[in-house]
Amino acid sequence: MAQMKFMCDAERCIECNGCVTACKNANDVEWGIQRRRVVTLNDGEADEMSISVACMHCDDAPCMAVCPTDCFYKTDDGIVLHDKDLCIGCGYCLYACPFGAPQFPQQDAFGERGKMDKCTFCAGGPAESKEEEYEKYGSNRIAEGKLPLCAEMCSTKALLAGDAQDVADIFRQRVVHRGHKDGAWSNNPQASADNLAYDAAHKG
Amino acid sequence: MNLLTAQAPGGVPSSGKGLALGIWRFILVALALVLSLGFTQVAVAQADPDREMTTAAPGITADQWRQVRSGETGPNYRDSRYESDYSLINSSGETWREIRNRWVSPFGLIAVFGMAALIALFYFIVGRKELEAPRTGRLLLRWTLMKRALHWTVATLFIILALTGMTLLFGKFVFRPLFGDGIWAWMIAATKVLHNYLGPIFGILLVILLVSLIKENIPKKHDWVWFKKGGGMIGKKHVDAGFANGGEKAWYWILATVGILVIASGFVLDFPNFNQGRDTMQWANIIHAVGALGLTAISLGHIYIGTLGTEGALEGMTTGYVDETWAKEHHNLWYDEVKDQTLSEEEVAARKSSGGSSEPSATRTS
Repeated sequence: MAQMKFMCDAERCIECNGCVTACKNANDVEWGIQRRRVVTLNDGEADEMSISVACMHCDDAPCMAVCPTDCFYKTDDGIVLHDKDLCIGCGYCLYACPFGAPQFPQQDAFGERGKMDKCTFCAGGPAESKEEEYEKYGSNRIAEGKLPLCAEMCSTKALLAGDAQDVADIFRQRVVHRGHKDGAWSNNPQASADNLAYDAAHKG
Repeated sequence: MNLLTAQAPGGVPSSGKGLALGIWRFILVALALVLSLGFTQVAVAQADPDREMTTAAPGITADQWRQVRSGETGPNYRDSRYESDYSLINSSGETWREIRNRWVSPFGLIAVFGMAALIALFYFIVGRKELEAPRTGRLLLRWTLMKRALHWTVATLFIILALTGMTLLFGKFVFRPLFGDGIWAWMIAATKVLHNYLGPIFGILLVILLVSLIKENIPKKHDWVWFKKGGGMIGKKHVDAGFANGGEKAWYWILATVGILVIASGFVLDFPNFNQGRDTMQWANIIHAVGALGLTAISLGHIYIGTLGTEGALEGMTTGYVDETWAKEHHNLWYDEVKDQTLSEEEVAARKSSGGSSEPSATRTS
């Protein structure tokens, strides 16, 4: 089976927020929740960098490890999904997540957060019917043979989604084409020793 | 080209024709120039990556990824998410997970069940501490109705919070496979609601209980002797104890320190509406879990000594009165102060039926 992954090519991301909008549209996400966000570092400086982040569907997902109700599960495609019927809104997944992906509709006294919501890789979630699935988790594009809309809509193709191997292949080709002497690992003292660009050129 | 060759041999062109030809020539030359420029650019780019890099936007460097990893959010940090102050990478999340799952969780379980096993072992080897002399039948007021009510409310809440807290930590390993998702979903939701709503009540009541008992729990010199003698287990002689003995005072001060920490961290976790950050709540959670599991383990000792372990102790907290013999054997200094206030069972019954409002204060500093 495939191992689904997102990858954002930070050298291509132009901070247009198209992915954010596409996601909200595709999944009819609740007011106040943004499953995908675009973060810009050093905005306006020479080394400005933008990157689009959502749930990265970790292999060893910390949210899964800390959830008191065990509401997370991994699909055969390596997508991390959660069962909103089991979620109690304790917030532990948010404490643990490296990417700030889990969000809650509320943030009220006595830990009333409501049901956690996060990116599903456009793969829906557990539900009795299609309508219920859409209502709770948004669209299930994977079931329709489509990739997540954020990546499909990305105007510069900075955001890639798909099988880890395919995504890696595309990125490797880009690295080779960009002609960086040391691959994508600029200023990395280890790069010349590892000869990443050379390896990439011969594999890609 | 056809146009050019067709027109060239046409001899002398009229002025209009000459102008058209000039324009066409210009366009073609310009086109050829542009095209050739394009080709050379591509050729240069392919041949010389260094040259391309001088004109291209700078690539992402390792320093930028280091900046991401550090969780830095400087003045030029932007996040498209509404009211989000999260850094790009939550670096401390994994640390929290490791501490919670690798250390707090298993060792908390070992502490609680280890304590239970030790107490069971102690009970089977040493057994219950019986009264040495026969009861005199004369009773002494030890706990007023108010303090008993406070104690049992706090105790009940403590047990509920300990059970629900442990369900939040360990429940998924036991109850989910046992009951299935339907019941588990309901059970864990109820667990969280109970824990989050009863927690603050417990916190407030424990503080009131601690304040109301502070006078009896000021450490004294004889408490140190009490500890050195293991509460009377080392050596044959009785050890001195006031209203509260050394062990009770230790439990009091554990509650007054660790208990307060658990309450404070609990409030941090329970009220996310004050916008405290993810990192704050990670630490609050660790403090809360370590403190609460420790208190739960120690509370088993308190529960054992107060019920099964000591003859005559529980009746003090249920009826409010203890036997004269019990007071003499366990709290001799307190007994010396209040021995003139003993009552017969009939007198106690009469007092209780009259409403208990005439109960004299049983608290004495010792």
